[in-house]
Amino acid sequence: MGAVGKTGEATASGAREYLTFRLDQEEYGIDILKVQEIRGYESPTRIANAPDFIKGVVNLRGTIVPIVDMRLKFNCINVEYNSFTVVIVLNLRHRVVGIVVDSVSDVMELAPESIRAAPDIESVIDNNCILGLGSVAERMLILLDIEKLMSGLDMGLVSSGE
Amino acid sequence: MAESYQEGTGGGADFDLTQFYQIFFEEAGENLDQMEHILLDLNLSSANDEELNGIFRCAHSIKGGSATFGFADVAELTHQMESLLDRLRRHEIQPIPEMVDVLLESADASRSLLARHQAGGQGEAVSTTSLVQRISQLAAGTAPTAAPVAAPPLAPAPVAPAAPVKGATTAPVPSTPALPALAPGQRRIEVQIGPLEHVTQADAVKELFRDIPGLGSISDLPSDQAQTRLFLVDTSSTDDDLLDLFAFHVSKDQVHIRPYIQLSETDGAPFALFGESSEAPASGAGVAGKIEATVLAASTAVAVAAPVAPPPPAPAAAASAAPPKAASQAAQMESTTIRVAVNKVDQLINLVGELVITQAMLAQNSRGLDTGMYQQLLAGLVDLDRNTRDLQESVMSIRMIPMSVVFSRFPRMLRDLANKLGKKVDFVTLGESTELDKGLVEKITDPLTHLVRNSCDHGIEMPTDRLANGKSEHGTITLAASHQGGSIVIEVRDDGRGLSREKILRKARERELDVSDQMSDSEVWLLIFAPGFSTADVVTDVSGRGVGLDVVKRNIAALNGTVEIDSVEGRGMTVSVRLPLTLAIMDGMSVAVGDEVYILPLSSVVESFQVNSDDVSTVAQGAQLVKVRDEYMPVIALEKIFQIPRRDQEKSSTIMVVVEAEGSRVALLVDELLGQHQVVVKNLESNYRKVPNVSGATILGDGKVALILDIGGLVRRARH
Repeated sequence: MGAVGKTGEATASGAREYLTFRLDQEEYGIDILKVQEIRGYESPTRIANAPDFIKGVVNLRGTIVPIVDMRLKFNCINVEYNSFTVVIVLNLRHRVVGIVVDSVSDVMELAPESIRAAPDIESVIDNNCILGLGSVAERMLILLDIEKLMSGLDMGLVSSGE
Repeated sequence: MAESYQEGTGGGADFDLTQFYQIFFEEAGENLDQMEHILLDLNLSSANDEELNGIFRCAHSIKGGSATFGFADVAELTHQMESLLDRLRRHEIQPIPEMVDVLLESADASRSLLARHQAGGQGEAVSTTSLVQRISQLAAGTAPTAAPVAAPPLAPAPVAPAAPVKGATTAPVPSTPALPALAPGQRRIEVQIGPLEHVTQADAVKELFRDIPGLGSISDLPSDQAQTRLFLVDTSSTDDDLLDLFAFHVSKDQVHIRPYIQLSETDGAPFALFGESSEAPASGAGVAGKIEATVLAASTAVAVAAPVAPPPPAPAAAASAAPPKAASQAAQMESTTIRVAVNKVDQLINLVGELVITQAMLAQNSRGLDTGMYQQLLAGLVDLDRNTRDLQESVMSIRMIPMSVVFSRFPRMLRDLANKLGKKVDFVTLGESTELDKGLVEKITDPLTHLVRNSCDHGIEMPTDRLANGKSEHGTITLAASHQGGSIVIEVRDDGRGLSREKILRKARERELDVSDQMSDSEVWLLIFAPGFSTADVVTDVSGRGVGLDVVKRNIAALNGTVEIDSVEGRGMTVSVRLPLTLAIMDGMSVAVGDEVYILPLSSVVESFQVNSDDVSTVAQGAQLVKVRDEYMPVIALEKIFQIPRRDQEKSSTIMVVVEAEGSRVALLVDELLGQHQVVVKNLESNYRKVPNVSGATILGDGKVALILDIGGLVRRARH
């Protein structure tokens, strides 16, 4: 698996490109510019006493990168590790981190008009981290502010002292 | 941001110049450092030419650079310094302690001004007027007493007044024979201000003389003109300078300055010369010839005053660090180095680290090969191993800097501190050439500074106390650095009063710390690192509040280092700081527990042995102990601490590895010893967070990540 082609310049209309991935039955979208690469899943080195959704760390060409299983974090029903399991490696402002997802689809360009505000409902995901709901044809994409999501305390990557 | 470049060559040139600012600031910083270094070592009674030239060159470089970049304040100050230094190196004047002091202060001021420019020119700039004044006085050979401002030029004749000599309007002066004598370098003038609509405005100029130290003195003279004030002024400033100052209050064309003519008691006839020496003469009104003569006389008088050399002074007090030869070496050591950005070096180290990992992987994968068939390949791999090791050592040494860089700031700091506290302290450094990693240098400087200040403030006694105790009046503080094993050891030693066991135990009990009289001395000394701990009777602004030492300890622990104290009451104290030599690559021992591999720093491994369950005894609260020869040691089962899942019930931990950190030992219980090899230490916290009992991670030959154990953390854990 190689890196996703990064052509994510904002077009004149203000549209941005989102990488879409699937967790169980839900489809999510994240800013393509934050995606460094997509890899297959390899068994990470376990870190003791970490939350269960933090699987451990892996060696990414010399850098130690933590792996977070989003399916465990979002309480998905089916969690499998097979040859189709995908890890999206994110390059965020303060860290490089990999997230395990069920599968990756395509890169969608969404104009601001196609994005609606998300209703304020009780869910696993903190509402601050949802940019909105995008719709393309019949698909509904939950657009995530992946930077904020991964930096949140409950994601376990940041210690409360930071 | 930048001072506007005078030539106005337009935006393009300004932009280009900014690129060179950084280099200039760095070089100026180095020049200032060097200047300070030579100044501190300067032997005043026998200063050699090389040293004097060295200091001169430093000032000259900075002056040139700051003038080029338009930093006028620095240029002016260093220009003055240069003038003084020029006279010194030509042996026109002798060096005296005041010169060293003022040059050091000027170096500080320059540093501060440069820092301000580097930061964009915000905020207040330190005033350099008094420094400039003192420098020029010293350069002129006059003692810098409370007096004049604005540098009188070295060339004589400050006497030519800019304003025309007006004869008749001089009011008759009631002779006051008791006029105070003029200070050297001053002249006496009459200042007439007016006519003014609000003549009280003129009185405001008197404030100038009050507010500006050294401007001179001013007193009223009776004025017979309406709306006009007349003043008698003693000053060494030029008329132009005075006019500029007065312009704050009155316009220049209202001010007239003339030389003061003291009239005799008997008649109002203008008087001729005053006495000899450097007092400013008054000339007969309108007699040009006389004026000339008097001016000349004044000039010779001033010229005579100039080269008066103060008697050769005693050599500068205290704080002389390395012997003078080091200074001359420093003056010459210029062109054999190359300046490289730190991130380039770091990148190089990273790449070499990767190379080490790849080489380890090759070594591992080739282990199973048939030696007969692959003889050449295997031989090549052996060579590769050796080459990689050599390359790695070389590259690591690029980042190594000699300790002298760290030590260099102490002589000055101690000198100032000792003076401030009224103590006499000699400063000795040993092992300045010991090298340590650049990253360490920055982080070790603050803790060391604190320890040295502590020694000076609390350790070394006042000179009288020392004499009373049969010690020499001068205390000695020694900074010594050396390599020991895989560590660098830095000692701060003083021959002061040492630590008092009684006082510390008492203070510890007051603070309800858990202490007992059975504690060994070394344990008692370590108590002073507790937060908020201080036995100081008096809190000075230097120390005593009890906030410093625990921060010192923490900083050193953050570098994976340790601190130890040794002390004899009444004789002195030694604080030893031990730091690992390199942060990036270390020797490790890999151990297996279950399916997982962990790495122990080899330097902390003492021994290992097989163990049976009967050798391990359990005490209260489930803690386990193992007996090793005559010592009982706590046992830490890695399986438990890291919650390692046991898939294979056959395997169990049967091997003990004794490790040592921070003076204590524990035994780690593991399944298997896998081997010993160099590991590249990778930072776990850059993308993740701090994990307890783990100091970092590394990449094994098979590409997998292994965690490196924090032995210090484990040892601490076992203590509780």
